[in-house]
Amino acid sequence: MIKIVRKLLLLATCLCSTAICFAQDTQPDMADVMRSNGKIYVVVAVCLTILIGLFIYVFLLDRKISRLEKNKE
Amino acid sequence: MQKNWWKILSFLLLVYTIVGGFLLDVPRLFILNETIRNLYFHVCMWFGMMILFSTSFVYSIKYLRGFNLRNDIYAHQYAAVGSFFGILGYATGTIWANYTWVTDQSQSLGNILREPKLIGAAIALLIYGAYFVLRGSFTDMDKKARVSAVYNIFAFAMLFPSIWIIPRLVGSLHPGSPGSESGNPALNFKDIDSRLRMVFYPAIIGWTLLGVWITTLRIRLQLIKDKTLLHD
Repeated sequence: MIKIVRKLLLLATCLCSTAICFAQDTQPDMADVMRSNGKIYVVVAVCLTILIGLFIYVFLLDRKISRLEKNKE
Repeated sequence: MQKNWWKILSFLLLVYTIVGGFLLDVPRLFILNETIRNLYFHVCMWFGMMILFSTSFVYSIKYLRGFNLRNDIYAHQYAAVGSFFGILGYATGTIWANYTWVTDQSQSLGNILREPKLIGAAIALLIYGAYFVLRGSFTDMDKKARVSAVYNIFAFAMLFPSIWIIPRLVGSLHPGSPGSESGNPALNFKDIDSRLRMVFYPAIIGWTLLGVWITTLRIRLQLIKDKTLLHD
């Protein structure tokens, strides 16, 4: 009997603690990917922008040099 | 377009590196924490540098075998982009070390400045710096190419003791030293986590291909400049 009471008490505390956890979350949850996981997606977006910019730059240089090579011949 | 597939591959691999590198799961380690993700960036710079320097070394030997000036241009440009990667590796290493090696109060900047891996890497990069100084000091094309090709072979040979062997003999904070018991980090299959490997190897290929692309651009520019000298 005591065991069952203990288990019930444990269950009750568990439920309470989850309720407290939810209560701490004062901000309303939004379906916003960019703000989840400590905003790491923002870092990914910034790095991707730099990478894409870098590749566009190298690609344009490549095209310019190709044109130069054609003119020389 | 068929000849340029590797440029697209490089782009795709680097996009994967950044997305996977930031978002995929990594081992949870003390001190390192999330900085283990630097493996995909800092370490890849050194791998890229080694591959570019090796290519430069091969072209220097090729130059000495046939004295074709074209090979000298290849060797010079591969060494130039390799050094650039090395400087990037060094710079990223300083940032990483600042937050992971200086962990408790007893460790000071002095300890880090005495770090054999840092000194070794600096020596290696300075030796390559001397390669460019040496090239610049010649006015005669053939003499420049010949002496700098020989020097390049020496510089490549000096890379191994200064960045690979000595730091592992005397002990260092850097992974791979006797204290860390990790043997050859990144290459040891028992040491590196398989989750890291999934991004790490594609990252090496991606960064190296980007380096090769930049090098080919520099080579093509140099070939246009020296068209009159090459007689072909």
